[in-house]
Amino acid sequence: MSNKTKIILYGILSVLCVPFVFPTWWMITSALKPNSEIFSASLWPSHPSFAAFHDVFTLQPFARQYFNSAYIALVVTAGTLIFAAMAGYAFARIRFRGQNVLFVVVLTGLLIPSEVTIVPLFRMFNSLGLIDTHWPLILVPIFGAPSVLATFIMRQFFITLPVELEEAGRMDGLGRPGIFARIALPLARPALAAVAIFTFLTSWNLYLEPIVYLSSRDNFTLPQALTQFTDAYQGPLWNVQLSAASLTAIPVLIVFVLAQRQFIEGLAHTGLKG
Amino acid sequence: MRPRYWTTRRRDQLTGWLFIAPQLAGTVVFVLIPLVLVVWYSLHEWNVLADSFTFIGADNYRALASDPKLGGVLRASLIFSAGLVVLNLSLALLLAVLLNQRLRGTTFFRVLFFSPVVVSLVAWTIVWRFMLQDNGGVNALLHAVGIAGPNWLRSGGTAMAAVVVVQVIKNVGLNMVLFLAALQGVPRDLYDAARTDGAPAWTTFRRITLPLISPTLLLTAIITVVGSLQVFAQIAVLTEGGPGTSTTVLVYYLYQQAFQFHAFGYGATLGVLLFVIVLALTVLQWQLRRRWVFHEQ
Repeated sequence: MSNKTKIILYGILSVLCVPFVFPTWWMITSALKPNSEIFSASLWPSHPSFAAFHDVFTLQPFARQYFNSAYIALVVTAGTLIFAAMAGYAFARIRFRGQNVLFVVVLTGLLIPSEVTIVPLFRMFNSLGLIDTHWPLILVPIFGAPSVLATFIMRQFFITLPVELEEAGRMDGLGRPGIFARIALPLARPALAAVAIFTFLTSWNLYLEPIVYLSSRDNFTLPQALTQFTDAYQGPLWNVQLSAASLTAIPVLIVFVLAQRQFIEGLAHTGLKG
Repeated sequence: MRPRYWTTRRRDQLTGWLFIAPQLAGTVVFVLIPLVLVVWYSLHEWNVLADSFTFIGADNYRALASDPKLGGVLRASLIFSAGLVVLNLSLALLLAVLLNQRLRGTTFFRVLFFSPVVVSLVAWTIVWRFMLQDNGGVNALLHAVGIAGPNWLRSGGTAMAAVVVVQVIKNVGLNMVLFLAALQGVPRDLYDAARTDGAPAWTTFRRITLPLISPTLLLTAIITVVGSLQVFAQIAVLTEGGPGTSTTVLVYYLYQQAFQFHAFGYGATLGVLLFVIVLALTVLQWQLRRRWVFHEQ
């Protein structure tokens, strides 16, 4: 490749990445601007102030909301990993009657967006007295439509594992559950990592479900809380919203930068090569 | 000696059933039963505030057919989906091809283009809403080069375009990574052969690259289309469906009817409509795959 081509390529890439990088920069610097300066076009606040970051915690129980989002995402991720790995393994490796029919039944979950069923699910949880609790945000993702994709990915992975590894385990006297837990699961680490990443992000981003199911501020999750920093006229308190948005985005961004290889390759790998 | 009842095969059968039991039960309780119920509810007039639940047959479907807003809603959904899919797939492919060149620092750019994928969706959307204000960052940038930008989110012509672009930049990294993986699976010797024959770059791309990555293209197209029909948070935060109904997509309309106007029966009817559209699109794309997707044999 000639030097000229290289320079052109770098030029194109640098221009293209502006809209990908600029919003994060603008979010953080604007969060540091006092309200009087918030609409100034300066790339750096003239008098950086952390006041808005303080307001984030006094205007709403933000720490509590943070905890809600984090624990819900963690529980959903752990639950999805366990049940999707089990089901994926059984569909890939164990022969049992009705297997193919049941696999089709489970796969229908992929075809049905959760928005289609939100009205009946709302009624179901309402009659169980679970409105304004976190149960709908935990149970539906672990067992319902969102986990079907995870099951499918795990099945695709287990199909590619060499049978010889399991036979060695059987020789050593392991039963099915032992083979699954001691041999197959540890080997499935790449697939598990990918499923964990996208399950966590999906739960972390959930917006429709929280605003449908939750009504009290103490129970809110982060995405829902972010839009609630408003003044008396329902106008957004921009520097507070942007501070809260920064606090929501930055930890995940840091984890991503540290582990970007696993993130990108994991997701490319699940690649749903299907 | 009596043969053992718990043979390895029987034990395997039982384990198989036990392993899929949670997932299967979940699918039945949280997907299939609600799917049947949503059809049942769509045949009812059901107002939660008035506590009424009456069977009205196909009335909701008649109301749907004559709903003056439905045309606008379907139009908005169509524009959003078409715009998103076209822009997302072509930008993802462009980025993947650029990053597949033998160039230093591609990992760095890959990380940059991918990073919005991990930023919280609502946080990302809030920042863009802030930047797209009349006096926001985007117009400030435009002003610096002497262009007077419109009020992006408040004018009918630009609101939908803004929503599409915000969403494309958020998620294009995911498709880019999938395309990169596919591009790396194309055998190098095919390119070498094309170069020996003196084929121009564009011909090589069209005759070799595109056919060989077509399975990935199909899959990402399906995922992107189905995902585009589920868009909600972006609309709710950026435009609240406005101005007028220019950005009121189907899921947002469903949410308004069911959870803001408390017309649950009509909301269920819109849910059925959404399901029918998703089903039809998936079947259509699956049928098209024969024509579309290149097979090596």
